[in-house]
Amino acid sequence: MHTIRRTFGLPLLMLVVFGVLDWFFPKMFDLYIQTLIIYCGINMILAVSLNLVNGFTGQFSIGHAGFMAVGAYISAFLSVSFPNWAGPFINLNFFLNTVIGGLFAAVAGYCVGLPSLRLKGDYLAIVTLGFGEIIRVLLLNVDAVGGARGLYGIPKYSTLFWTLTWVFICCFTIVRLMRSTHGRAFLAVREDEIAAEAVGIPTTRYKVIAFVISAFFAGIAGSIFAHFLSYLNPSIFTFLKSFDVVVMVVLGGMGSISGSCVAAILITLLPEALRPLQEITKIDFRMILYSLTLIVLMLTKPQGLFGSLEISDLWKKYVRRSASN
Amino acid sequence: MSHIKLLSAVALSALLLLVGCGKKEGEAVGVVGDEILVGEFGSMTGNEATFGISTHQGIELAIEEINAAGGVKGKKIKLISLDDQGKPEEAVTAATKLITQDNVIALLGEVASSRSLAAAPIAQQYKIPMLSPSSTNQKVTEVGDYIFRVCFIDPFQGTVMAKFAHDHLNVKKVAVIYDVKSDYSVGLAKFFKETFTGLGGEIIAEQTYSGNDIDFKAQLTSIKTVKPEAIFIPGYYTEVGLLARQARGLGIEVPLLGGDGWDSSKLYEIGQEAIMGGYFSNHYTTDSDDPRVRQFMEAFKNKYTVFPDGLAAMGYDAAKVLADAIERSESLTPEGIRNALATTKGFAGVTGVITMDENRNPTKSAVVVQVAGTTNKYVTTIQPL
Amino acid sequence: MEEFLQHVINGVSLGSIYALIALGYTMVYGILQLINFAHSDVYMVGAFVGFYAARFLNIADSPSYTSFFTILLIAMAGCALLGFSIERFAYRPLRNAPRLNVLITAIGVSLFLEYTGQVVFGATPQLFPNILEDSIIFSFGGARVTKMDATILVTAVGLMIVLRHIIQNTLLGKAMRATSFNRHWASLMGISVDRIISMTFIIGSALAGAGAVLVGMKYPKIEPLMGVMIGLKAFVAAVLGGIGNIPGAVLGGLVIGIAEEFVVGYISSTYRDALAFSILIVILLFRPAGLLGRFSVEKV
Repeated sequence: MHTIRRTFGLPLLMLVVFGVLDWFFPKMFDLYIQTLIIYCGINMILAVSLNLVNGFTGQFSIGHAGFMAVGAYISAFLSVSFPNWAGPFINLNFFLNTVIGGLFAAVAGYCVGLPSLRLKGDYLAIVTLGFGEIIRVLLLNVDAVGGARGLYGIPKYSTLFWTLTWVFICCFTIVRLMRSTHGRAFLAVREDEIAAEAVGIPTTRYKVIAFVISAFFAGIAGSIFAHFLSYLNPSIFTFLKSFDVVVMVVLGGMGSISGSCVAAILITLLPEALRPLQEITKIDFRMILYSLTLIVLMLTKPQGLFGSLEISDLWKKYVRRSASN
Repeated sequence: MSHIKLLSAVALSALLLLVGCGKKEGEAVGVVGDEILVGEFGSMTGNEATFGISTHQGIELAIEEINAAGGVKGKKIKLISLDDQGKPEEAVTAATKLITQDNVIALLGEVASSRSLAAAPIAQQYKIPMLSPSSTNQKVTEVGDYIFRVCFIDPFQGTVMAKFAHDHLNVKKVAVIYDVKSDYSVGLAKFFKETFTGLGGEIIAEQTYSGNDIDFKAQLTSIKTVKPEAIFIPGYYTEVGLLARQARGLGIEVPLLGGDGWDSSKLYEIGQEAIMGGYFSNHYTTDSDDPRVRQFMEAFKNKYTVFPDGLAAMGYDAAKVLADAIERSESLTPEGIRNALATTKGFAGVTGVITMDENRNPTKSAVVVQVAGTTNKYVTTIQPL
Repeated sequence: MEEFLQHVINGVSLGSIYALIALGYTMVYGILQLINFAHSDVYMVGAFVGFYAARFLNIADSPSYTSFFTILLIAMAGCALLGFSIERFAYRPLRNAPRLNVLITAIGVSLFLEYTGQVVFGATPQLFPNILEDSIIFSFGGARVTKMDATILVTAVGLMIVLRHIIQNTLLGKAMRATSFNRHWASLMGISVDRIISMTFIIGSALAGAGAVLVGMKYPKIEPLMGVMIGLKAFVAAVLGGIGNIPGAVLGGLVIGIAEEFVVGYISSTYRDALAFSILIVILLFRPAGLLGRFSVEKV
């Protein structure tokens, strides 16, 4: 009984909490706030999942938007072309479509992970970048999903509940994974590949696994994005989108999950928070300030906001320090 | 375990960060004192900034003129403009903010169909009329009965140029080169091809480029070998100028045809003599004697020191059509304005006489003009179908 | 045949431009192992420096070799200054930080230049001044070689020869090679590493400025985001040739230029960008360190 509670207690509790929030939120807040929260959620999934590859496994991927595109397009295509294929329950359909989108993205992640057998560092980075661009160009040419004219009329299934649930699943999975034997293996690959191999860790396999899991969640994020926006266009998924996610990961601290989350929220809300400035000055300083913030943060906090620590570690540190005083 | 708890606490506290920004209640939607709030969202930055800024300037000029003339219903119009960086997801945020936070009574936007398609469902959901200056994809207004536009739709323009090529230029073999990244360009190319082959013509080459490309020689070299009698380039002036130069540089001397995306003095500035004599479909001609057009060109030139392009003219007309609808509306409510917009009839704008049809698209005739330096020469008028 | 020749001519002229910009990427990478994303925006600024210089000097409409060289030198100097300041203020404080941080800073600088450019220069495209008259030098059949193409090729090759001379035969070049080989040891040998890195940025950025003027002449439309796509292609070219390797960058540029040209000419223009990347991936799978790069096996 105790183990059951330990294993499933938190997830169940969170489900209930999200359910309540989902019911309660629209009554309290208008759509603008909800929109921002959902965008924060999507970016959190993207950042946390990319952190697995870039932060924990020490690989360098700048093609996350490509996986997101795969998940978004596959799930949206299912929702548009085969509405209610899994029965009359909208949420069941949405869940299945999202998972299928994620699985396709995972397959794509497997394909991209394979070259990591041979490529290192920046060469791997450029392959992931190239892959992302190839996906985008292919999507431009597939008429079934509208090409450049985009895919429209995607049902708006994404709710606060689903977004938060997936954020939770993503964080939960990766936290649990990192605290398992496998997690240690990822870290070993990052710290010293040769030493890791020497102690019998199949480094290639772990690199590919990192890519697959990361791509799966990117696909999930894509699906939520598609079903929120109700419109998709290949030009959404350019390499600039991938850069955004890399920025979140580095800003939050490589290898810090809570850091990624906080950075994702910051990066999503910063441009919105700067809007009043634009209304006053009439000149668009928003993005200039955004880029300056980025440079200054990197110069003053090169380790990212949290380094490789989690918020809980920082808290413990703080408690310890205040106790010793 | 405490680790995970804290983690979820972070997620939750993040949500609660936003507490305190609850709904504003009270006064009627979109009217504050003697000001009527109108929202505009567009690509002020990002890689389509030039289009968004042009449109914004047109809208701004129109609002200024309306307010100088005493406003509508005795109130001034206050324009709230938000930037969407040219991204559909940002367009959704901007439209949502305008509707829910700023409480605007109507929306003007977006330039591109992709962003309009993303934002339109929001406007429809909140029943706020949205008037797009230049989204040509016919799907945009199909979103719902609160979505309008003042520009042509893709099928119409594609058809106009196909007819023009077939009837006036008497060409049978045409090559098409379009911007594969732009829904506008793809749409025009599609309907041009359909109509032109339907009329008995032949599309002998089909090439694409991506927006912001600068080198088109490879495509043009291939086009040159099949010897077309004309080339249809339904892109924006930002690329067409260079494209024309390179075509002439390779020795392609056949006429070049395009759509209203060509309408800008930059086209000639960049294309120089290479673009001279090119034909494109447009809403109006710059050499028109219409006092409305003359006055608009003058006012725009005075305010921004450059000649207006087609997008500025569309933005100007969109704002004027909206103001006209507000004036005619029975009540100062989004619904009243919607009904007034839907019954817009014979509104004489810069870009033609606008009458909304039952699909909330304007019916107006297209003119085909010829590039003659920074101005355009009138060639012929083609009536709506 | 005629079509084939024309494609080759187009490809070489496009490739030489990619190569010139790729050189900047590869030099910086060779010395700092940094993908300098801001390089493509230095290139953009170079084009605008040329644009304003020509207006200021009133030579915007007097095409001659004098105006061409004047503008070329001014743009190169402007870019060198910009490259120097970027290195001094954004990258140097991060000399010992993890590489990814410098990379993010580079992205930050790149975005900063782009968005500032949109505010300062305006987002509408501008016409690059006409500083060199174009004419057809000779044509075989229908394939044409123009004076512009020839000038671009000669200038690009000339600059590459000068660069090679600097790197192979001067003390500065020797110091650069030493620094790129091992920064720590180089500093032990009495090389001022910071100065050498500054010089690398100055030279690399000056090349971007030259590239900007050459591109501006041939494709006279300049706008604040003009660097994004060409920068990406040039970067791909640098990786393809083996990043950090100077002849590799030239080879990579030419390969990408010609490959793109033939993809469009004989396969499909729609897949142009995708195929450039596919070629890259395939080549990297067989030669993981690029065409001319040396694959070093890590030893314990």
